[in-house]
Amino acid sequence: MALLEVKNLKTHFFTRNGVVKSVDGSSFSIEKGEILGIVGESGAGKSITGFSILGLIDSPGRIVEGEINFDGKDLIKLSENELQKIRGDEISMIFQDPQTSLNPVITIGEQMMEAILYHKKGVSKKAAYEACVEILKTVGLPAARKRMKSYPHQLSGGMKQRVVIAMALLNNPKLLIADEPTTALDVTIQAQILYLMKKLSQEFHSALILITHDIAVVSQLCDKIAVMYAGRIVEYGSKEDIIFNPLHPYTKGLIECLPKLNDEKKRLYQIPGIMPSLLGLPQGCYFKNRCEFSDDECDTYPLQQEINGRIVFCHKVK
Amino acid sequence: MSQSEVKLLEVKEVEKIFGVKVGAFEKKDLHALNRVSFDIYKGKTLSLVGESGCGKTTVGKVILGLYQATKGEVIFRDRDIAKLTPSQRGDIQKDIQMIFQDPYSSLNPRKKIKTILEQPLKIHTNMTKEQRKEAILLLCDDVGIDYSYLERYPHQFSGGQRQRIAIARAMILKPELILADEPISALDVSIQAQILNLMMDLQEKYHATMLFITHDISVVKHISDYIAVMYLGEIVEYASKKELFANPKHPYTKMLFSTVPDIHTPLATESVLKTGEIQSPIDLPQGCFFQNRCQYKEESCMQTHPELYDSGENHLVRCPIVLQKVGIK
Ligand SMILES: Nc1ncnc2c1ncn2[C@@H]1O[C@H](COP(=O)(O)OP(=O)(O)OP(=O)(O)O)[C@@H](O)[C@H]1O
Ligand SMILES: Nc1ncnc2c1ncn2[C@@H]1O[C@H](COP(=O)(O)OP(=O)(O)O)[C@@H](O)[C@H]1O
Ligand code: SF4
Ligand code: SF4
Ligand SMILES: [Mg+2]
Ligand SMILES: [Mg+2]
Repeated sequence: MALLEVKNLKTHFFTRNGVVKSVDGSSFSIEKGEILGIVGESGAGKSITGFSILGLIDSPGRIVEGEINFDGKDLIKLSENELQKIRGDEISMIFQDPQTSLNPVITIGEQMMEAILYHKKGVSKKAAYEACVEILKTVGLPAARKRMKSYPHQLSGGMKQRVVIAMALLNNPKLLIADEPTTALDVTIQAQILYLMKKLSQEFHSALILITHDIAVVSQLCDKIAVMYAGRIVEYGSKEDIIFNPLHPYTKGLIECLPKLNDEKKRLYQIPGIMPSLLGLPQGCYFKNRCEFSDDECDTYPLQQEINGRIVFCHKVK
Repeated sequence: MSQSEVKLLEVKEVEKIFGVKVGAFEKKDLHALNRVSFDIYKGKTLSLVGESGCGKTTVGKVILGLYQATKGEVIFRDRDIAKLTPSQRGDIQKDIQMIFQDPYSSLNPRKKIKTILEQPLKIHTNMTKEQRKEAILLLCDDVGIDYSYLERYPHQFSGGQRQRIAIARAMILKPELILADEPISALDVSIQAQILNLMMDLQEKYHATMLFITHDISVVKHISDYIAVMYLGEIVEYASKKELFANPKHPYTKMLFSTVPDIHTPLATESVLKTGEIQSPIDLPQGCFFQNRCQYKEESCMQTHPELYDSGENHLVRCPIVLQKVGIK
């Protein structure tokens, strides 16, 4: 049985201007030790998918439908109290903005110890302290012991992100959700952090959901990929299928428009137009107005198709 | 540097030092730029590549006049403008325009798009109202802005649309030099390609010269003629695009190439990444600035600060160790 199985998840926001269907019928699953990538452009619903799993959706938003089966329980049915015990323990999340995960007025050491002591009641302060130093070493933070006494602002962006990852790993979670963990970092530091996350997920046998807009990053790290567009998954399958044999026109376009190091061509392939607002979605396929293959058939939303284990939503894929 | 190329702007030994507070009473020098030199040729694109904080924006702001250089010269039309503010630059001011990284904060939120585009024409030309309108509409066609946008405000647009507007604002005076500071990094991937193509089209149409600033080396392949790689406030490698991509020499450039995420290459391995911290521009080390992250480091790298050295055909490299290995030095 999969460690996490999300079925037909719908998370909607009931705003004054209408219902924003941020996540509208997503289904995916992840096994122990597996890495799943969720890609898509800004506003596609990636973060809200992650927040939904953790039960972090606030009003005017609400999970309106679906199941989130994690390790034998449906998280949607749990109370806030029960969820709090799981968050930061069995499931932890690295948020898009590292600033939000670190309290600026408390030392790194104190914040980390608090995270252990909250979930592990029997642990002594001294043991917690040593565990923190250990994990900071594991994530490759230079001068780890000394850094326990540092405040967040005394660290560089890459160092802060290492601390955030260390905190997420403290209680050896079964599932780690990382939302754009390296977007704010330089490529050389990004490569270090990605390498580290891959190594740690192998060592700890934890599952990882990597949320990013960068399909190249996803291809380097993930076993499976879900491509989101305007609140819905449009294609979902193994990394090999999605990257090297994409079937959905949007996935194809995303890969085609990447600048390539080994490409002599001057102009880049471009997808015309922009993703529609979730309050003004077109009738039929949401990608219709940007798609070179669209015709009358696309005026109805395509049904789910399964092709050799890959899921795709497009009329023209047969 | 082929003889046929004409220099539009020369940056010579430019230094920029900021005084920063490091404690309640202590102030220290932050060396944002250390003896930076390069030429920009007419009609060509020079890309400045390097990671966050290495001084790329500072170079752009010195050229634009938003910062005054501490030392060195910036020669444009036979004048040294390195220490002049925009208002001291007279006529030259309108010939250098900048496109900023963040399309959200770079446009005045209280002004209609029409006003944003018309203002530079009012200040710097004596066009009539009709002529200004004509010029704006023509440019709208070029950058893909719908005429109806002109009556709206910046917040009513997406990041990509705003960047088109910012490009239009930079182009409206037909500047000779465009400084583009990370113009696509805040945009979604599918929009990045649109804007990059647009910039290349406009450059061709208006024969503009461009300094393209980016942290993303995969992007520069498409847009540059020459590339300068920066690290901690100095240029560590300079070459034509073709030469740099075929034959990157400096250890930092090689590290950049090997860590760019790419669907056809696996994740960089541990050996490339076994590196120390980036040094701070406040307490620069003796010797090579890249020493803590360099896998080719030798004893001598910690003593002497390396100079930029021409390894042939104007391919400049700031690393004696790699040059020795290929038998150049
Ligand atoms: N006004 C200022 N006062 C003090 N320090 C400054 C100032 N402007 C820039 N710096 C410092 O100068 C160095 C170079 O800054 P710059 O903004 O040029 O970097 P960059 O390469 O553009 O980085 P990024 O990609 O993050 O924008 C940095 O260490 C920065 O903190
Ligand atoms: N609190 C909220 N109220 C209304 N809409 C929201 C809220 N939070 C997110 N949304 C909308 O949900 C969509 C998906 O958001 P998000 O998951 O954050 O996107 P991203 O893929 O960039 O992470 C967006 O259209 C966003 O505007
Ligand atoms: S369903 Fe039609 S519009 Fe949608 S992606 Fe497929 S071909 Fe394009
Ligand atoms: S001078 Fe030495 S430390 Fe610097 S880049 Fe060359 S080999 Fe590395
Ligand atoms: Mg997000
Ligand atoms: Mg900058």
